[in-house]
Amino acid sequence: MNEILTLTAAAIAAKVKAREISAREVTEAFLARIEAVDNDIQAFVTVTPEASLKAADAVDAKIAAGEDAGSLAGAPVALKDNLCTRGIETTCSSKILRGFVPPYNATVVEKLASAGAIALGKVNLDEFAMGSSTENSGLFPTRNPWDLTKVPGGSSGGSAAAVASLEASVALGSDTGGSIRQPAAFCGLVGLKPTYGRVSRYGLVAFASSLDQIGPLTRTAEDAALVLNVIAGQDSRDSTSVPRPVPDYTKALTGDIRGLKIGVPIEYFAEGISTEVRAFVTTAIGILRGLGAEIIEVSLPYTDYALAAYYIVAPAEASSNLARYDGVRFGARVTSAKDHIELFENTRDEGFGAEVKQRILTGTYALSAGYYDAYYAKAQKVRTLIRRDFDAAFEKVDAIISPTTPTPAFGLGEKSDDPLAMKLSDICTIPANMAGIPALSLCCGFLDGLPVGMQLQGPAFSEETLLNIAHTYQLETDWHTRRPTL
Amino acid sequence: MALTPDDVRKVGSLARLALSDNEIARLTPQLNDLLAQFARLQELNTDDVPPTSHAVPVKALLREDVTAPSLPREEVLRLSPHVDEYIGGFIVPQVIGE
Repeated sequence: MNEILTLTAAAIAAKVKAREISAREVTEAFLARIEAVDNDIQAFVTVTPEASLKAADAVDAKIAAGEDAGSLAGAPVALKDNLCTRGIETTCSSKILRGFVPPYNATVVEKLASAGAIALGKVNLDEFAMGSSTENSGLFPTRNPWDLTKVPGGSSGGSAAAVASLEASVALGSDTGGSIRQPAAFCGLVGLKPTYGRVSRYGLVAFASSLDQIGPLTRTAEDAALVLNVIAGQDSRDSTSVPRPVPDYTKALTGDIRGLKIGVPIEYFAEGISTEVRAFVTTAIGILRGLGAEIIEVSLPYTDYALAAYYIVAPAEASSNLARYDGVRFGARVTSAKDHIELFENTRDEGFGAEVKQRILTGTYALSAGYYDAYYAKAQKVRTLIRRDFDAAFEKVDAIISPTTPTPAFGLGEKSDDPLAMKLSDICTIPANMAGIPALSLCCGFLDGLPVGMQLQGPAFSEETLLNIAHTYQLETDWHTRRPTL
Repeated sequence: MALTPDDVRKVGSLARLALSDNEIARLTPQLNDLLAQFARLQELNTDDVPPTSHAVPVKALLREDVTAPSLPREEVLRLSPHVDEYIGGFIVPQVIGE
């Protein structure tokens, strides 16, 4: 295997800038890797070798001219296929967006390109980011690089699988209820959901607008910090992006967590979380204590209600956001309709998959006259209770540690007939979206060859703290250096 | 207060989804499972709790009203094969009767 593939994005950028390797060499190595292993992994929906090599040559030309090629110079990145890319098909892994070639780029896509990152293509997801295994993709399922019979998690399963199988140095995903962190856990990566508003959502195909956030999936905390440096910041094209200065997140990676207060919420170590996963996280907590962190028990009593509230709020917003797919202006259209209502109904019936339809129906019902107060309004109030839980906890601690998922990756097909069981795999990740706070997953061990993830949550805009805890843990352990055999 | 297949069909129609009988048969129990989960929220007294619609407090942001070009019409029309280039619009089935 080519050594270049094992380099972090930080190392690639350093070597490319030092002219030890060229961006073209790096890009060719990763394109060859995709060619070699993606038949098995099936992470990529679209690979763009021509555009990637052209971008690489531009980076090399800048360096030759003595110009600054950017903090991610030459680092190959995989983009979740719900991020709009100008001139490159953007499917959301849905049949309804077949043939949709956006006339504009998402802000994060432009920012990555400006920083010298090389986009390799678009990667698979659960249709419209709705799911926890990438089996809901309307195109094909993606496999877990650690065990091809297991799911990579979801919805950013393609992003996670691409980075874990060394098909990309880093990837972008989106996280509405755990869609970055759960696949990061299943694939042994660092996955960061930033604070709501930290990263512009312009050009991210909307699922649930009050919960969606874009973030990195990487092998190291350092790479996550490097990518966040690039993508964070206010954007006039997303009014929910926050006007707050962006620190240099890599500067926060001191490797020193002495005196930091880390909370352990009893509710996240309860029944429903496998005893093995609990044991791995408990061991990691011991390591953090050994590194000087103060471990404090905390309680988030409304945790148990977050899942139900989420499965009202998210589908309600989705039913509204997905109303735009009507077959008229872009994407697929069923042409046999006799009138416009039939055009909408038939296009949507044929274009949307089973899970998406179920969520649109749930959301439509929850918002319909007579049921609004019982469901949507109630869920919004419960959301306040969940936020207050975190507010109270963060008066006592700087961050909260827990498992990311109840179990390691499950088998392909194992939960696809049981939507409720599938949704339970997001039970630890959903509260952070409901509260808008940042959360990060990182690998804390392997169970029967499968990665186990632990989650760090912090108050709004505490990404520096979370990244530093993860970085300090990675300095002490070597889980993140393990590679799947492919 | 379980949903019947007819209820599901009606909600489908509100959402502009033509659902087959097979889909209705599959979706009805799934939706009822979810509604049973949602019922748990009624255990909580939220009379004095304000709703959260936006998790991170932000003020409404206003920007300068600067004129900037929109996407060119031709580029937008290129997104669908069902266009009338002469009129410069998308073609849909007849909406108003004769």
